[in-house]
Amino acid sequence: MGLRSHLSRARGALSSHLVSIRAAGIVEERTWRDLEDALLLADVGAKTTDELLSEARERFERNDEVDVEGLLGILKSVLIERLGVTDRSLATGGEPSVWLFVGVNGAGKTTTIGKVGSREVAAGLQVVFAAGDTFRAAAADQLATWADRVGSPLVRGAENADPSSVIFDAVEHAAARGADLVLADTAGRFHTKSNLMDELAKVRRVAEKGSGTVTETLLVIDATTGQNGLVQARQFAEVVEVTGIVLTKLDGSARGGIVVAVQEDIGIPVKLVGVGEGGDDLVEFDPVDFVDALFGVTAEI
Amino acid sequence: MFESLSSRFEGVLKRVRGKGRLSAEDVEDFLGEFRLALLDADVHLAVVRTFQDRIRERAVGSEVSGALNPGQQVVKIVLEELTAVLGGETHRLSYASKPPTVVLLAGLQGAGKTTTAAKLARWFKTQGRNPMLIGADLQRPAAVEQLQTLAERIDVPVFSDPTDSVSVARAGLAEARRLGRDVVICDTAGRLAIDDDLMDELVGVAEVLEPHHTLLVVDAMVGQDAVKTAESFHARLGLDAVVLTKLDGDARGGAALSIKEVLGRPIAFASTGETLDDFELFHPDRLASRILGMGDVETLIERAEETFEQVEAEAAASRLLDGSFTLNDFLDQLKALRKMGPISDIMGMVPGMAHQMKGVEADVDERRIDRIEGIIHSMTPSERANPDVIDGSRRARIAAGSGTKPNEINQLVRQFREMRKMMKQMGGKSQGAKGRRKGRKTRGSRTTVGGSVPIDKKKGLSLPGLGDAEGAGSFPVDLGS
Ligand SMILES: Nc1nc2c(ncn2[C@@H]2O[C@H](COP(=O)(O)OP(=O)(O)OP(=O)(O)O)[C@@H](O)[C@H]2O)c(=O)[nH]1
Ligand SMILES: Nc1nc2c(ncn2[C@@H]2O[C@H](COP(=O)(O)OP(=O)(O)OP(=O)(O)O)[C@@H](O)[C@H]2O)c(=O)[nH]1
Ligand SMILES: [Mg+2]
Ligand SMILES: [Mg+2]
Repeated sequence: MGLRSHLSRARGALSSHLVSIRAAGIVEERTWRDLEDALLLADVGAKTTDELLSEARERFERNDEVDVEGLLGILKSVLIERLGVTDRSLATGGEPSVWLFVGVNGAGKTTTIGKVGSREVAAGLQVVFAAGDTFRAAAADQLATWADRVGSPLVRGAENADPSSVIFDAVEHAAARGADLVLADTAGRFHTKSNLMDELAKVRRVAEKGSGTVTETLLVIDATTGQNGLVQARQFAEVVEVTGIVLTKLDGSARGGIVVAVQEDIGIPVKLVGVGEGGDDLVEFDPVDFVDALFGVTAEI
Repeated sequence: MFESLSSRFEGVLKRVRGKGRLSAEDVEDFLGEFRLALLDADVHLAVVRTFQDRIRERAVGSEVSGALNPGQQVVKIVLEELTAVLGGETHRLSYASKPPTVVLLAGLQGAGKTTTAAKLARWFKTQGRNPMLIGADLQRPAAVEQLQTLAERIDVPVFSDPTDSVSVARAGLAEARRLGRDVVICDTAGRLAIDDDLMDELVGVAEVLEPHHTLLVVDAMVGQDAVKTAESFHARLGLDAVVLTKLDGDARGGAALSIKEVLGRPIAFASTGETLDDFELFHPDRLASRILGMGDVETLIERAEETFEQVEAEAAASRLLDGSFTLNDFLDQLKALRKMGPISDIMGMVPGMAHQMKGVEADVDERRIDRIEGIIHSMTPSERANPDVIDGSRRARIAAGSGTKPNEINQLVRQFREMRKMMKQMGGKSQGAKGRRKGRKTRGSRTTVGGSVPIDKKKGLSLPGLGDAEGAGSFPVDLGS
């Protein structure tokens, strides 16, 4: 199932701005203001919204045949171009490959690992879970539940054990059994805490000390996040080589507009989208569906 | 990455410097910058609009008074509007007359409910209570284990059962009664406001618990959707207050401002870290400065207030010197004095004051000042301007209005007359002194009673005119010097 079908539940109500834009029929100054509002309310951010609308206006003014629908089409293509035609696949190739999940507290890292594990096992890969969050209460238990559901082994350490060594052990464990993929959880941390960010850099280094290769470092961002998402992305990208974004909780009513700025700013694509708490609630990111959803038009299509 | 409000305002302020009044255009420029600052802080678009409208209404035209320059005027209005929303009472959790006091936590996935449950339990313990936790999140893997692990650290019992959340809540409450626990805190699973089934379940839990406090746990990083979410939870549950979490990050937390404005529910607690003692009662003023960029608001307020005091004081000073000092001025001075601390302390600290005011001094205690304020408040404007018109019947009316005796009013009027006479003499002597003060450039530390109010010039705004006026702000202090 694609992103679109997962989002329709959340988009029952068509954005009131879009209604008024369409009702007007013609493009007037008001239309631009309504579009601006729609983007701001989707957390696209003031600066990016401004850029998007100037670009759209330029294209719009070049062509005087365009009506409201045409303008919406223009704006959507501006957005879709920004989100780019990038490769969103997840890289393997290590022996084993290590996918590291990082992000701020409560973003959805552990749950995403459960979902990804379920997907990769279904695709025929041998997966090992690494409980690299040794800090948060019952974090390893939480991941253990997912490992059980998926039927894959979990490597865990003692409470407050060094996360690097837990992940290292998991990689060695996977290598010894010829497993393909290690899914490594990390504790939630704020990009502002330099000791925790240093720890993360070390986790990344140590994960490759043995036989494994870190082929993906995925930054997990909650779709309800506002403008702070951009700062998070910058800081995490600086400390560990982030290779992709996972946008979680897009099944809620938030639209996740901050990833437009994030993807442009750090040049890293959104690869996966979380659309629920279940093991199957994970889809690949699709720019067209995402942009439609930004405007709240999915339900209508 | 975010510009602070001060740097945003600077350009506009420079341009309006020296203008006699603000044009609608000038005001729009300010509002544009203000809007961007608020949006970057995740304040909801509709709330930003409300703010802009209120400021526009007050700033264009009428209210620009002669006393302040237009830039100061806008800053003053912005500050007043912001503090009006952010300020207000700190929400204090009251206790049920018949224990246990029940607290229900709700919120989106990952907001920080479970952590907050444990933090609250710890907080109640520090208040001398005996809390118990109910783990009603049977949804998320290891949610109950998480709560148990946290509860062990603070030695608080947890009740849970692998049944369903409504049954757990019911049985948990019974257990708390049986154990004689006086506070019960119920953790629930995270849920989306649009998930009707889960919202129904939560309502079921609330019906069983009949909570005294239903708290919405909100992540400080949340964006524009915060208001809609909060409204939905409020519509189903009836929220009492909000707990704002993850304030140890660098999110501005503007969403909280929006929730407060839209729901009118206070933010009760701030959570500032992962360990259980990173938890405190919420301070609205801190969020204000955070939203606009740390430190700015205090500086703005300081500068603005400083100017207003100076402007007012200067006006009062000149009235004083020409003998037209009124009871209104007297009331203002009293209020200004009181802001600085207990009157008795202040009197002691002012050089020469105790000596000059001999005789008056004995009367100056807090209660007496309360009464003086009451008396002046009960006077008509014309009586305040000219106390000589107060005759017997007026005196009786004022006494009735202020709950005092007519002879107290006599006394006040007499003292006021004397004071005015004394001031006039002093004013005559120190005409030159005022001139000298004007020529002196002492900005760094404004002299006030009870020490100085330091102004950090580096981090501060360069607001034209704000803070540039001289020592007249210390007028009440100069009384005896
Ligand atoms: N609705 C919804 N909930 C989600 C999604 N992804 C995660 N969650 C929920 O969000 C909450 C937090 O998820 P976790 O996976 O524990 O987040 P985390 O980043 O590992 O959190 P920490 O390890 O505590 O920093 C849980 O209740 C998850 O069930 C999603 O895509 N949709
Ligand atoms: N830095 C920081 N982390 C916090 C704070 N409050 C909670 N957390 C962390 O945020 C993550 C989520 O917190 P939880 O208490 O599990 O959130 P929840 O709302 O119970 O989550 P669900 O039950 O999955 O919906 C955990 O990693 C907590 O340690 C805070 O004030 N600061
Ligand atoms: Mg986790
Ligand atoms: Mg929880």
